[in-house]
Amino acid sequence: MAEIKLTDLTKSYGSTEVLHHVEGDINDGEFIVIVGPSGCGKSTLLRMVAGLETVTSGEIRIGDRRVNELEPSARDIAMVFQNYALYPHMSVRENMAYGLKIRKLSKAEINKRVEEAAEILEIGQYLDRKPRQLSGGQRQRVAMGRAIVRDPQVFLFDEPLSNLDAKLRVQMRLEIRKLQQRLGVTSIYVTHDQVEAMTLGDRLMVLNGGYVEQFGTPIELYDRPASVFVAGFLGSPAMNFIPAIVEADGVGFARRHKTGRRTGASG
Amino acid sequence: MVSFYTRHSLHAALMGHHMLKRVHFPSSPLPYMLVAPQLAITLVFFIWPASQAMYQSLLIEDAFGLGSEFVWFENFEVLWQDQHYLDAFLRTAVFSVLVAALSMGTALILAGFAQRVVKGAMFYRTLLIWPYAVAPVLAGALWVFMFNPTLGIFPYFLEFVGVDWNHYLNGNQAMALVIMAAAWKQVAYNFLFYLAAMQSIPNSVIEAAAIDGAGPGRRFVTIILPLISPTTFFLLVINMVYAFFETFGIIHAVTQGGPGSATTILVYKVFNDGFVGLDLGGSAAQSVILMVLVVAMTVVQFRYVERKVEY
Amino acid sequence: MVEDRPLTSILTHFVLILGVIAIALPIWITFVAATHDELRMNQVPLPLWPGTHLLDNLTQTLFGAGLSGSQGAPVWLMLLNSLAMAMMISFGKIAISLLSAFAIVYFRFPFRMTCFWMIFITLMLPVEVRILPTFEVVANLGMLNSYWGLSIPLIASATATFMFRQVFLTVPDEMLESARIDGAGPMRFFFDILLPLSRTNIAALFVILFIFGWTQSFWPLLITTDTSMTTIVMSIKQMLEAAEQSPQWNIIMTTALLARIPPIFVVISMQKLFVQGLTETDK
Repeated sequence: MAEIKLTDLTKSYGSTEVLHHVEGDINDGEFIVIVGPSGCGKSTLLRMVAGLETVTSGEIRIGDRRVNELEPSARDIAMVFQNYALYPHMSVRENMAYGLKIRKLSKAEINKRVEEAAEILEIGQYLDRKPRQLSGGQRQRVAMGRAIVRDPQVFLFDEPLSNLDAKLRVQMRLEIRKLQQRLGVTSIYVTHDQVEAMTLGDRLMVLNGGYVEQFGTPIELYDRPASVFVAGFLGSPAMNFIPAIVEADGVGFARRHKTGRRTGASG
Repeated sequence: MVSFYTRHSLHAALMGHHMLKRVHFPSSPLPYMLVAPQLAITLVFFIWPASQAMYQSLLIEDAFGLGSEFVWFENFEVLWQDQHYLDAFLRTAVFSVLVAALSMGTALILAGFAQRVVKGAMFYRTLLIWPYAVAPVLAGALWVFMFNPTLGIFPYFLEFVGVDWNHYLNGNQAMALVIMAAAWKQVAYNFLFYLAAMQSIPNSVIEAAAIDGAGPGRRFVTIILPLISPTTFFLLVINMVYAFFETFGIIHAVTQGGPGSATTILVYKVFNDGFVGLDLGGSAAQSVILMVLVVAMTVVQFRYVERKVEY
Repeated sequence: MVEDRPLTSILTHFVLILGVIAIALPIWITFVAATHDELRMNQVPLPLWPGTHLLDNLTQTLFGAGLSGSQGAPVWLMLLNSLAMAMMISFGKIAISLLSAFAIVYFRFPFRMTCFWMIFITLMLPVEVRILPTFEVVANLGMLNSYWGLSIPLIASATATFMFRQVFLTVPDEMLESARIDGAGPMRFFFDILLPLSRTNIAALFVILFIFGWTQSFWPLLITTDTSMTTIVMSIKQMLEAAEQSPQWNIIMTTALLARIPPIFVVISMQKLFVQGLTETDK
């Protein structure tokens, strides 16, 4: 288990900066959700933590190690991909065992871990099937299983539920949360779905256009949004915004006519 | 030659799309080791010989093969004035057009009917594709045997209709024979591509035409033919290239360019002048011209493959 | 089919059967020729129905002297040579193309585009147009009359490389990312993930290349002078020359039969792969 420290993290492609000075401390065992509209840089941030994208400047620390230059496999992380990225030619068992085999664990140890994970996820009877013989929900579990067996310091989830139907999504959301609490592994979860974010995370990092808009618990974000964006993005059903003017005697709802003349009632 | 699909990707590659995976392995000596075998073979057996051919095309060897003189484009000028060469050029054009027309026409008709029999299409396909597996020389041998002037089946029957067949003496008959053999071998290839193209036309388009009142023949001409025109163009280039180069084996087996030079097409002349006539410079110059022709065909094809049919 | 009227149906099958007969006729006639003895094969008109001498012809062709009066290699040796050549071309081409496509798709390295273009240029040069200088290179390298000389010059070609490149590009990026998180290095990823994922493409290409290699005649004819290196396909050409003096069509056509059985068998039995291979690459 480990804490994660993001310090002044920036990412550029050529001259285009897509992430701007991201800061964030993630505590040991915490479940963090990074949320934001598509293109806000949330997946990029996650992939930087995974080591699949290089860091332009700033620092990522996992535990007490600086991991900027480490290969993904050396960072002691596991990742669940949006499309699961199961190896189609390997059985469920082989899929889960692959990373362990590379790390040269003993056969007995590999078997033990796979069986354990399969039991937790209730996929024991599918171990010898190929991914294409599984339903979407089952594949999702296998992808989770592949992450669990590695016994990593950090779980990374890249929109893992977005390929499931609505009902299954709710169910899996609950399971992921329970599983994470049970294993106590520090987790970062990326999604664009506000409901998912609000119900899953210990804390939420709201990203917009490569900037961190706010980083805090769901209640904080809901009660005291730091910006109009956060308020608008998280509110469900959608919030109504009415322009207003702060005046000496309080807040006035304001409507401007074409003439610019202000009408309104002071509150 | 490359297929339709490879060319598509090639085009994308040249335009710079998807050149590399988003995530890739870090730079190391490994990629050089990976491309080394192919690069080595390409250099030794392609680029070096091709540049040798270009260089030799600018030389003239003396009569004894002892020395050679750099003559710039004299070999090409000689070719340009050589009636035999110009004849071979024309002959190649006629030969290629006829081979392409005969094999593509046959394949188109057969595919057109085969795609109508939904269940039997694969059965007919099985029966029609095997000439592809017959070596050009072998194809030549089969046709030589069938048209053997003294023994062959066809001359025997042709005699009844008053045709005296002897392709060893009659240049036109020799030409007809190599055209038939070459077209026969290529029908399978064309058939496969036409069948695939026709089967990829959405059924709804055909049904809509039927509802509009178009009968099978009319649908074939007004709907199917236009929709498969990219395949036709692709096959046209492939067949031209086939007729230009790969029919060498057939001609070598059937007529050896004869009688006289009645079936000497360009690629056969390169071989004949080089290996038999030992005119290295002239042969090399002919090679270079052929290379230019292939490159031109490739470029033309590239430009056309971009045009896709809109369903 | 949109309409299913009996008349159009009959017409359709009639045309197709006619086509099949026209396409299969040369094969049939030569098969028939391989089932008669020499005497019958010198009488006009030649038979159109199989005789009883197929086994005799096969034995004489495969294990006997073959064409009497010729000094050729035994036919079983020619078959072996053809097999070796076809196999070397298929495996060699697949191996080098897989490796170079892997490098081009999955690595960023200096001169990557140079490599790409050097491979690309081979698309444009069929062996026939550079035959003389290539022959010289092979001769200078001492590769005449060898399996290496038979196969290696035919191995280099960009088409297979491009096909694999295309296949690799369709492999989802997440496969590599996932494998990297699992700790797989480049070669491990190549063997454990990429090769298994491309296996049908490899098989399809193998079918095409086997036929390409087996049906070569011009190149072997040029670079082999030693009769023990004769391939079955080029022997047909030599037999045809001999046939002008003493036609032994039954033996020639039995040899032709043997020469086309392996590739036809491959095409028919692996039809699906063959069609896939043909439409994805060519040669």
